[in-house]
This record gives sequence, C-alpha cells and structure tokens, in this order.
Amino acid sequence: MSNLDDLYREIILDHYRTPRNRGELVSPPAVRAEGFNPLCGDEITVYIDVVDGIVNDIKLTGQGCSISQASSSLMSAAVKGKSLEAVRATIHTFKQLMGLEEAGDAPMPSVRELGELAALSGVVQFPVRIKCATLAWNTLSQALAEL
Amino acid sequence: MSNYDPRAVRGETPLLTRLVHDRPITYLDTGATSLTPQRVLDAMQTYYERSHANVHRGVYVTAAEATQYYEDARADVARFINAPGGAKEIVFTKNATESFNLIARSWGEAFLGEGDVVLLTEMEHHANIVPWFQLRERRGIEVRFIPVTDDFRLDLSNLDELLVGVKLVSVTAMSNVLGTINPIAELAQRAHAAGAVIAVDGAQSVAHSVTNVTGLDIDFFCFSAHKMLGPTGIGVLWARHELLNAMPPFLGGGGMIGDVNTNGFTCADVPAKFEAGTPPIAEAVGLGAAVRYLEHLGMENIAAHEHALTHDALTRLTDTFSGRVRIIGPATMLDRGSVISMDVEGVHPHDVSQVLDQHGVCIRPGHHCCKPLMKRFGLAATARVSFGPYSLVSDTDVLLEALTDAIAMFG
Repeated sequence: MSNLDDLYREIILDHYRTPRNRGELVSPPAVRAEGFNPLCGDEITVYIDVVDGIVNDIKLTGQGCSISQASSSLMSAAVKGKSLEAVRATIHTFKQLMGLEEAGDAPMPSVRELGELAALSGVVQFPVRIKCATLAWNTLSQALAEL
Repeated sequence: MSNYDPRAVRGETPLLTRLVHDRPITYLDTGATSLTPQRVLDAMQTYYERSHANVHRGVYVTAAEATQYYEDARADVARFINAPGGAKEIVFTKNATESFNLIARSWGEAFLGEGDVVLLTEMEHHANIVPWFQLRERRGIEVRFIPVTDDFRLDLSNLDELLVGVKLVSVTAMSNVLGTINPIAELAQRAHAAGAVIAVDGAQSVAHSVTNVTGLDIDFFCFSAHKMLGPTGIGVLWARHELLNAMPPFLGGGGMIGDVNTNGFTCADVPAKFEAGTPPIAEAVGLGAAVRYLEHLGMENIAAHEHALTHDALTRLTDTFSGRVRIIGPATMLDRGSVISMDVEGVHPHDVSQVLDQHGVCIRPGHHCCKPLMKRFGLAATARVSFGPYSLVSDTDVLLEALTDAIAMFG
C-alpha cells in the first residue's frame, strides 16, 4: 500500500480536513474565476485580491475530492503574500511536479523550495488524479489572466 | 434444472482471472460496461478468421456468410426483446446514445415543431437529455421533466398535467444511478392515452431483467451491446415498423439508398435506411453471441441472482456502516435493480474509489452522466457499485473490507 500512502500523505489529509483560506472576497475589486472538472463534477471558485503586484488575499470555495481540495488549499497558502512574478513561478513549479510542463533550463525544484507543495508529488503516480490536483491551479491562472 | 451458475459465468470471463495490485480483481462496475465472456470473444475472432467480408454486397462465399451472420444477429436481438415486427424493426447503431440521437434527429425533426413537448424525467442519463435540448434549439420544442421524489421514485402525482401538449415521453427503464426500476407499462399506457409515443432507455435494464417491448406496449427502445456482455461499438434502436417507415434517414451514404442519380436519391427499406456505411459486423456477431448466451442462462435467473446479491449488499452496507454510508436509491428491493449508489460521509467518491482500487475493487465514482439528478439530491458525485451475471457474494465481502479501509484512512 506504499503508493496509496504516497498519495494520501498526512499534509494532504490535513489540508482536506482543515482547508486554508476558505471563503469569498468582494468582487470587484477581487478577481473571481471558476473552474470545473466536467468528468468528475469537481468545482472551485478562486477569489484573488492583488494590490501593487502582490497577492494581498486569496479565498476559495468549491467541492471535490481530497486531492483537489487539498491542492487548492496548499495553493492558497503558497501564493498568499507573494508577488505576481513569484506566483507565476510557483504555478510553473507545480506543473513541473505534475509532469505537465518542461523544466527548461531550470532544474527541478528541491523539496525545500517546494515546501508543503512537495506533498503533492505522489499524485503523479496516479495519472487519473493529476486533473484533480491541477484544477485549482488552472483556475488561478485564469484569474491571473483577468487581472 | 437451471443453466445458470454465476461461478460458471465467472469461469467464462477471462478478465476476472487477472490480478491488480497483486490481488484478484473484484469487478463491481457492470453498470458502466459488462465484462466479455470467452464465447463472445471467440465468435468475433472466428468471424474475422473465417468469414470477414463486407455485408450486403459480394456474392462470394465469405460475403454471403458475413451477411448471414450480421442478419442473424438482428434476428437474435429481435427475439431477445420480443419485437412484434421481428428483425426489420432492429436498427444497429453505435450505442444507446446514438440511438437516442437518431430518434431526435430523424423522428423529432420530422414530426415535432414549435411548442410540442418532450417529457423526460429528472433521473435521465445525459444521452436522453442533451439530444432533446439540441432539438429544442433547432425546432423550438419544449422539454419538461417528471420530478423524482425524496425516496428516489418518479413523482407521477401530476402526470396528467405534465402530459398536456406532450408528443413524446422518453424515460429510462432503470436508473443508472439510483437503481430505481420505473413503471414503464403504466407510463406507456398514460402516454398513449394523452396522444404521445414513448421511448425507453434500456441501457441499464436490458442485461438484468426480461425485456418484452410488445408486452410493455412501447414505441422506441434503446440499448448498448457492451452493457449486456457484448462488445463496444454497437448499439440498438428498436422502433415499431410503422414509425421507422415514416421516419426520414439519419446518416446518408452507402447501404441506406434505394437509388442514387445525379438528381438525388431514394431510401432503402428499413432497417437498411438507417445503417449508412459499412456497419460494425464483427460487433454484431459478438452481440448475437452475447444475446444467445443470456438466453441460455435465462434472464429470469440472472434477475433473481442479482436481486439476491443487491439485497445482501444493501443490508450489509447499512448494518456495517450505519450513519457513515447513505444509500442514494431505494432502501428496499421493491422495483429496484442491481446498482447501488453510495454517499460516504467525509470521503469523496473519488477517494473511496482510489482506496478500493488498491484492494482490486472496481467501482464508479462521479455524476454518472446524470447531473440534473445529482443536483436534485444536492450531490456532486456518488460512489456506485453495480453487479453482473458473474458477480458473487464474495465480491461484496471484498467491497466491505475495502470500504472499511477507506473510511479508516479518512477518519
């Protein structure tokens, strides 16, 4: 069962049971974006408030499996207070982790750089669950595009 | 002496011998697709090795054999569902979904117009919803839904009102989510009394109970081969001969014409009129073999076995996980088929399925292509177990063990 333990790491279960940054922001001024996974019915709404190029606040609503919900919670924690440039870099790092984007010249980020996001690395062993993990991140990218 | 022994069916199902994650596979997803028996695989293999040719064209031996086998399959299907007009009422399609699209595109476009009503139910599969919304865009029809009660049955209390202006009632014989078996004969009688025709989605019911379209007095019946021990790639539309005769063709091409010249074309007779292009010949051969196998086993025997399995599983799920597992479907076996949808408190269906997979258990998480029904019950998804003629009580044993593990993992 080692694979399954790799998928459902304690950090993931913690973020699933106690999701961070749940709620809504008034939009506008916050940007709001909705993401759906039509195959499994997962849905997420991202609210992001950017002031002077910094993510001042981020809130999430929605429902889905432990992977999609934990991933969105981890994402919110990872980008809050960061510059937009740093947020875009984090999205790229996450997609590298999922095997969705090439690393380019930069090496794979270390576990230390990833922080808690490293907990999601086990997902890549379960190809059908990658879409669960990426839903929140794609929705965040959508929100950034609307800024 | 019954010909039916589920252990023997299991022994004839090669996929059930494989291991997943070093454990024997426990297949509980027959509602999505059924597993293929060796004799169905053999029939298709023999066709390809001995008789493969195009149908309705050549005069050589193998072409004649291919045509014969293809038409034999049509006769097998007609007998299996007791089609009053015989084989000429059987149209081969790609699947049940295409059968519904054929009704909407052909019959719907020819006979429905502005303000005509198509009456569906809240428990329909998207295959019996979306083609009608598409027709609404083209023809301005109205689409109406029979509601579902809190105890997972059709609410027929306002049916007379709902039937006003209705030209077609289109309803599932058995819900692929709830397991509810609908009162088709009663609906047919009431639809006809209101001047409407009735189409029935038999995708879930056809491999799990006796089908008698004559006895039910219905007008259209749609199903897929792959849910009844047959191959993927072929489905069936049955309709009364006079309806098929009056309907314009669906797809155009070879095989469906009477004559073609530079001015236009005329249609072939039914059912060829609806089968443009080279049909799925090997798949028809496989479907014929599946139908004969089901007849050999006896649909009453299969229905009784699955009834007992479902009753046992419902009882044990309720007893073992009381308070944690909510059954989304009728609690008793009255008018209920062999699919069981579960809502496991605190564990999302995808996570349930993921843990079950580690035990070799195959179930289906998701909305099951029934989003209006999911919304009706405030759910995004359920975890669905479904049985087939090869299922055994020991499958439920493994399911319960795996489910205990899933619940423990998520606390």
